[in-house]
Amino acid sequence: MKTLSRIYNVIIFGLLYFPIIMVIVFSFNSARYTPMEWKDFSLQWYEKLFQNEEILNALSVTLQVALISTLAATVIGTLAAIGIHAMNRKLRRVMLTINNFPMVNPEVVSGVAFMLLFVALAAVLPVFKPGFFTLCIAHVTFCTPYVVLQIMPKLRQTDGRLYEAALDLGCTPLQAFFKVTIPEILPGILTGALMAFTMSLDDFAISYFTAGSSAQTLSVTIYSMVKRPVTPEIYALSTLLFGTVFVLLLLANIGQVRDISRRSKRARR
Amino acid sequence: MKRWLALLLCMVMVLNLTACSSAVPEDATEDEAEDEVIWDWESLPAAEPTGITLNVYNWGEYIDDEILDVNSAFTHLTGIEVNYKTFDSNENMYALLSSGAAEYDVVIPSDYMIGKMIEDDMLAPINFENVPNYTYIDDEFKNLEYDPNNTYSVPYTWGVVGIFYNTKYVDEADLEQGWGLLWDEKYSGRILMFNNPRDAFGVTAKYLSDGDKQISLNTTDETDLWACYEKLKEQKPLVQAYVMDQIYDRLINNEAWIAPYYNGDACIIMDEDEGNPDIDFFVPHQGTNKFFDAMCILKTTKHQEAAEAYINFMCIPEVALANAEYIGYATPHTAAREMLDEEMCNDPVYYPNEEILARSEVYVTLPEETTRYVSDLWLKLKR
Amino acid sequence: MKKKSGMLAAPFGIWMALFTIVPIGIVLWFAFTDANGQFTFDNVREIFAFDPSKGETLWNDSFVSTILYSLWLGFLTTVISLVIAYPLAFSISRATERVQLTMVMLVMLPMWMNFLLRTQAIKSLLSESGLLNQFLGLFGVGSLEILNTDVAIVIGLVYDFLPFMILPLYSVMVKIGKSEIEAAQDLGANVFSVFRRVVLPLSVPGILNGITMVFVPSVSTFVISTLLGGSKRMMIGDVIESMFVGEAPNRGVGSALALVLMVLILICMAVTRLADKSESTEEGGFAL
Repeated sequence: MKTLSRIYNVIIFGLLYFPIIMVIVFSFNSARYTPMEWKDFSLQWYEKLFQNEEILNALSVTLQVALISTLAATVIGTLAAIGIHAMNRKLRRVMLTINNFPMVNPEVVSGVAFMLLFVALAAVLPVFKPGFFTLCIAHVTFCTPYVVLQIMPKLRQTDGRLYEAALDLGCTPLQAFFKVTIPEILPGILTGALMAFTMSLDDFAISYFTAGSSAQTLSVTIYSMVKRPVTPEIYALSTLLFGTVFVLLLLANIGQVRDISRRSKRARR
Repeated sequence: MKRWLALLLCMVMVLNLTACSSAVPEDATEDEAEDEVIWDWESLPAAEPTGITLNVYNWGEYIDDEILDVNSAFTHLTGIEVNYKTFDSNENMYALLSSGAAEYDVVIPSDYMIGKMIEDDMLAPINFENVPNYTYIDDEFKNLEYDPNNTYSVPYTWGVVGIFYNTKYVDEADLEQGWGLLWDEKYSGRILMFNNPRDAFGVTAKYLSDGDKQISLNTTDETDLWACYEKLKEQKPLVQAYVMDQIYDRLINNEAWIAPYYNGDACIIMDEDEGNPDIDFFVPHQGTNKFFDAMCILKTTKHQEAAEAYINFMCIPEVALANAEYIGYATPHTAAREMLDEEMCNDPVYYPNEEILARSEVYVTLPEETTRYVSDLWLKLKR
Repeated sequence: MKKKSGMLAAPFGIWMALFTIVPIGIVLWFAFTDANGQFTFDNVREIFAFDPSKGETLWNDSFVSTILYSLWLGFLTTVISLVIAYPLAFSISRATERVQLTMVMLVMLPMWMNFLLRTQAIKSLLSESGLLNQFLGLFGVGSLEILNTDVAIVIGLVYDFLPFMILPLYSVMVKIGKSEIEAAQDLGANVFSVFRRVVLPLSVPGILNGITMVFVPSVSTFVISTLLGGSKRMMIGDVIESMFVGEAPNRGVGSALALVLMVLILICMAVTRLADKSESTEEGGFAL
């Protein structure tokens, strides 16, 4: 049974990673119009990547949008979670339903709805012309719910008396908030922020409808590329990005695994 | 007039004087034949940044970014940044622009779409004083039906639609069917088809006009269009995929053998190194579509002069030459055509002969109801 | 005090009202007005339009067929993902804490490679001269024509959304204690009935969450279907896209279709929520 499940896991993970390995391998392929057929080993796409302004611009837009919207979503989401936590049951239900909406609403529908909204708003307020700003707004909107959802369970575990004790001991509400509440829910805030960042980076559908002409994200650029013959520079970029994340996660994982073994050793003692 | 515009004009004059001397450097090896220096713009002084960014919207693979690297040259010489994006069909481009979800300054649509955009008041008249290189454009391509007084557009390329086929797998005898080749059950699963309603219906209309029954590419008759739809529906089981620029990969990899497309793309598809030399191109006897793509300025632009400078830049002989060589589509630019590789100029694939042109038709802008009807049928086809 | 801190949610409330409720309102408005802004049902009617005089039927020739087709592919994707993910998630949840961490990381990592590129890789994998057919060729199996069919679309969708099935399943299963399973075994239950009586009921919330997270995006996808299916048949997402920024511009009908899609999804959600009696609505997400 054990071996059977192990074989199964290996097969599934193999399938999951096979296309990714293909992308990585073919980023070193020299063929241009048939990038998925092996010709010769070459680093030319890595060289060309750093001259390809379209891709580099898209990368910088993507990172900027992800950072800005993560920051905004984390602040709005944290405040919202605390506020919702303090509400009565009925109101809380309403707020959580609203919160769930962007997550269950199909992305195409959200994208189209954003597009219509921004086009309508731009007629009155030129700031809303589709571009970097609208991209950020859209991203904040679909990222915030993830932050709220990560913080809510943490708030439920907190002890409300701690906050009141801090007030009794002379803290102003603001001080109590920063010294007691925030540290208690910090893990939730961090995972929420991480999720928001990932979601923002990964998003295609909503960016596609809201990006306008001046600020295209990586996935929108990639979309326009897969429609014409793909320039293999993008494989090179993806390989670099994937490699970076892989290394970061590996480091984090090693850290955590060490943590676990330390904990279990202590427990044994 | 702005300083950079003046600078650019000077540059053009200097260029014309030195055009003859800037031929192939002698030490160019065979390998690097492609890297011939047509115009060494990098040695010219860079203009100071103007802070202007021009948004340019063009077809995919439709500008030289290797020989001269046109956009970089423009930025280098004028200090105007270019934000260059691509579309893959006139319809998509139009939908995006008319939705207001994106703003561009310069756009390069085809004939009938230019007509439609003029009707919709989306284009700005061009001040031809700022586009002196317009004189290079062959008179044959001026004042065409889609822009009768030539106020809104400067021709960029022209061409015809034909069929790319793989000589290894497709019987030469079957070419006699003309467009019927696309309906030949022998090649089921190996046929690609246009993924836009206008070209798909146009090709079908030509296929249906055998003998005395002629259907125009521009038919507005609903029974004719319905007949085209039925024919397309009949073809659907044979079609491998409805694609636009993805035909490159599929033809080159031998995945597909037959595909109707624009003649200029032969230079990618039939390229000896990177393409597939087994592929050939022919224009069916039933007649075809002749198209013009032209540069226009959108009404919403805030940089009309910069946009005009860009268009003028595209008409500099060296730039036009680089574009014509790189993208392969026929150029309406007289000076570029003179300098162009003779082999290419005399190749009937790129520059179709009179006989082919005589049986081709140009798209005109269809009335709103017809466009709507065709796109309804198109969506029906894809159910 | 509590009353006051409820106000902290005010920015969130305003933001959500402005950027989720108002846009949906605009979609509604476009769905029910014509070009002149007059109220009309025409756009909705267009979805069900077919011409019997030309031998058309509702099920084959109106947008109803598109909707059914999308639901069908979404359903297939969800079922296949569930079947593949369930054993994997369970075995992850039974591993040591250290292995669990690594495996969860391995499940999440593919999401960091852009899904369009992964889809592109699958496309070349499935193509006629692709690795799959070369592999099959080794065993003398003739080449399979998978690319440009529904099978290819479902493969692509399962591949892209599998992590969204594995993670919620895992996060529920990991809470099933060893003791519960052992207790059942002690009471004489065999493997099968342990699964049916203990593991399955306890993992229901995860299953429902996973179904939501896979079904919604796969029904409404508009790229994967075009890339892998050769755009011979449009899914509802493709149609909506083509009506707003594509080759068949028609904002009214596009909005009506978007609305129909939204309502369908909300109905599906409501059904899953009804099935989920354990009231996990407030949990919603899953811990990472």
